[in-house]
Amino acid sequence: MAHASAFDQAREIARRSVVSTMRRPAQIVPALIFPMFLVAINASGLDAATKLPGFPTDSYLTFALAVPFIQSGIFSLLNAGTDLARDIETGFMDRMALTPISRAALIAGELGGVIVQGVLFGTIYLVVGVAAGSGFGAGAAAVPLLILLAGSIALALGCVGMFVAARVGDSEVMQSTFPLFFMFMFFSSMAIPRPMIEKDWFRTIATINPVSYLIEGIRGLFIGPLDWGSLAIAFGVCAALTAIFLTGAARALGARLGR
Amino acid sequence: MNGVDDRTGQVRPVGRTSAGIGRVSGPARFLQSARILAWRNVHNFFTNPALLLPAILFPLFFFTAFAGGLSRVQHVPGFNYPNGYTTFQFGFVLVQAAAFGGVFAGFSIARDFESGFSRRVMLATPHRSSMILGYSVAAMVRAVVVVTLLFVVGLASGMNVSSGPADLVLIVLLAMAMNMLAVLFASGIAFRFRTIQAGPLMQTPMFMALFLTPVYVPYELLSGWVKTVAGVNPLTKVVEASRYLLAGMTDEVAIAFGLCLVVGLVLFGWSLSGLRNAERSGG
Amino acid sequence: MSIQETTAPGNGAAIVAEGLVKEFKNGPRAVDGIDLRVETGEIYGFLGPNGAGKSTAVLMLTTLLPVTEGRAWVGGFDVSRQGAQVRASIGAALQEAALDPNLTAREHMRLQTTLQGVPKTDRRRLGDELIERVGLSDAADRKAGTYSGGMRRRLDLALSLVHGPSILFLDEPTTGLDPQSRSALWEEVARLAREDGTTIFLTTQYLEEADELADRVGIIDDGKIVAEGTPAALKSEIGLPTVEVTPERAEDRARVIEALRGDCEIGDGAVHYGVSGDANTGTVSGRLRATRGLADVVRALDAAGLAVANLSVNAPTLDDVFLAKTGRKLEGAGDQTEDEHGHGHGHEGHSH
Repeated sequence: MAHASAFDQAREIARRSVVSTMRRPAQIVPALIFPMFLVAINASGLDAATKLPGFPTDSYLTFALAVPFIQSGIFSLLNAGTDLARDIETGFMDRMALTPISRAALIAGELGGVIVQGVLFGTIYLVVGVAAGSGFGAGAAAVPLLILLAGSIALALGCVGMFVAARVGDSEVMQSTFPLFFMFMFFSSMAIPRPMIEKDWFRTIATINPVSYLIEGIRGLFIGPLDWGSLAIAFGVCAALTAIFLTGAARALGARLGR
Repeated sequence: MNGVDDRTGQVRPVGRTSAGIGRVSGPARFLQSARILAWRNVHNFFTNPALLLPAILFPLFFFTAFAGGLSRVQHVPGFNYPNGYTTFQFGFVLVQAAAFGGVFAGFSIARDFESGFSRRVMLATPHRSSMILGYSVAAMVRAVVVVTLLFVVGLASGMNVSSGPADLVLIVLLAMAMNMLAVLFASGIAFRFRTIQAGPLMQTPMFMALFLTPVYVPYELLSGWVKTVAGVNPLTKVVEASRYLLAGMTDEVAIAFGLCLVVGLVLFGWSLSGLRNAERSGG
Repeated sequence: MSIQETTAPGNGAAIVAEGLVKEFKNGPRAVDGIDLRVETGEIYGFLGPNGAGKSTAVLMLTTLLPVTEGRAWVGGFDVSRQGAQVRASIGAALQEAALDPNLTAREHMRLQTTLQGVPKTDRRRLGDELIERVGLSDAADRKAGTYSGGMRRRLDLALSLVHGPSILFLDEPTTGLDPQSRSALWEEVARLAREDGTTIFLTTQYLEEADELADRVGIIDDGKIVAEGTPAALKSEIGLPTVEVTPERAEDRARVIEALRGDCEIGDGAVHYGVSGDANTGTVSGRLRATRGLADVVRALDAAGLAVANLSVNAPTLDDVFLAKTGRKLEGAGDQTEDEHGHGHGHEGHSH
């Protein structure tokens, strides 16, 4: 590998990351199924909410279908982080450190599995959701946008996971952070449109919480019509999260690998 | 061939002395075994923040997220719960906290089998079913603590409770009954799999059963398949009874306790047969 | 139940097993027809590699695992029908020192004495005595999670003594311990047998342990007992010492063999009794004939005019016995078999 380009290096790491993700159905199947179960329950259990004046759609399923994208993103965040932490524990990272691979290539590669999983799951949620009666108001032409956003969210959340893992370097601690990340999801505009949240303190938290904007970006596509504004914000949040946490992860990993 | 103290003729060594001590037996020993096992679990719970915190924080988290984020739902036409959305959600979270306390007991059992600790217990006590009682009592103690803390937080956050003292006692009893059901269910799994990797098998069905009740809105406002499932889910009655009691009403309460009893008997059989299963596999 | 059924055969023996078999669902016969007889007050060593069936046998004898076929009596009680009585007369320290990391030694004692039905007034005193006996008084109020491996095993041993058992099962009591902790535990076990007359059934994968401690040794391999006797008798059965000669020049190997042929049965390679000949160094090894001694070897080499770099005579070990009976060396023999009783604990010792 000594003379391989950074791209080749990243591709090799990515290949390993994708293969090892896909070879562990026990890890990815819950990440796929669980969010669908939750959305199915909420679509039925909270359908009454669509009767509230000002609710943007008359199908709660259409409204809530954005949530699995985030939830599976959180699962991939945890999986990616746990993988990296385990790589640190087992010494795999030390072995990588002895090769001339660049930190950025290493991290980008490690995120390969996360992105592939995010795109794959996003497609499944779209297909299953529409089959179950959800609308896709932005129109068929917007499907690539949805897939792109799904991949970007997976990448952004994956970077958060990498950052935490590189900092703690312990797979068990990584796993135990799971409730923390779910708090971000629950304290967002996940269940009710942000302006309709009744309690001021909750609305304030949801407004600060970047997850709200990711959900609203996807939700806009499902409810329609295509709203470039909320999409731009969602992609912007993804880009910001990716930039901040990728840099942070590279730094933390660099410190760990003694470079 | 037991009691061979006179073999050496030397000073009686320590290991032998207890042979001269009478041994407690019968029901007294069963109860003592259960009590000491309960003590050990309660002791671990209170000295180990890693066990204590999730049990308290999880329900608080759901309570805050649901009561805070979804309160607008109470304005849906037909939402007729008199004491406000915070109290409505508290009724659910109370049941949920009690249930998850029980599931955590299943985790402890599984861990004890994994570490071999259960073998020690199974060798030491002639009444192995005292294990079920011991873990259950510990789980109930935990549940009472968690429920009390939840009440404090709930009242501090402006929850409107119109229960009389008798209603409050019934709420606590209901939470303990729910806790017991969860312990019996989870222990049945733990006894059979004897590994903490079976954790999702204890947690996920309980989670699903809880969320297939009228979580966010009263039963009448549910629609679709969840309404059908919630209609036959016994936990629906438990959640509803809990909400009624908080509003000072006793509707559904008798039915809820009756269902707990029936389901509890079935789950007791499930747990006990799990214990027998564990015995057959050598712990 | 008639008296005849409950009375153990061979009156007075502490442990008797007849044709004991354990077959796991979809699994192999972990224990394949074991006959045993351990006398009262005896230390019996069950020696075998990982996965040989030692732990499974112990679990059956301690009533923790149902017997598939055959019968066994412990303390005069049938393990299949009188489980409670068996458990009352035995103590067991199983493979993992299964302690609760959050409890102190004293708290463990409190738990164990209560479970064992020791009256409340005696619990504390008995617990303290046993803690002192195993030398843990200074650490009695520390959580077991902070203990070293040796301390854990000692506490485990103390806990198994709470009810004054007349028979003690120790499943690989020193696996993973450092030499110092190991010999401390050996001392304690020997003392239990010597002073208290406790019958001890001990499994081990360490030859020295069986050799040092056991009055009698049963060698188990693939679920079967392949040899049994006192360590001395087993060794003398293999009998004769091996001699190992390394000539100064490796190319003299053939001449050494020729010279020794009159005095040794030559073993080339690892086949015979684990001492390997080595063509690179020229080392030759073989077993001495009954009528010959070291002097004969020296004379033969001298007569052939061979310069010898190294010459040694080794008395047989239990390893030689194991090799002779199973065709394999004990160390590493069971390494490919990870799990002895087929329901996934990933235990058994690994370090030698």
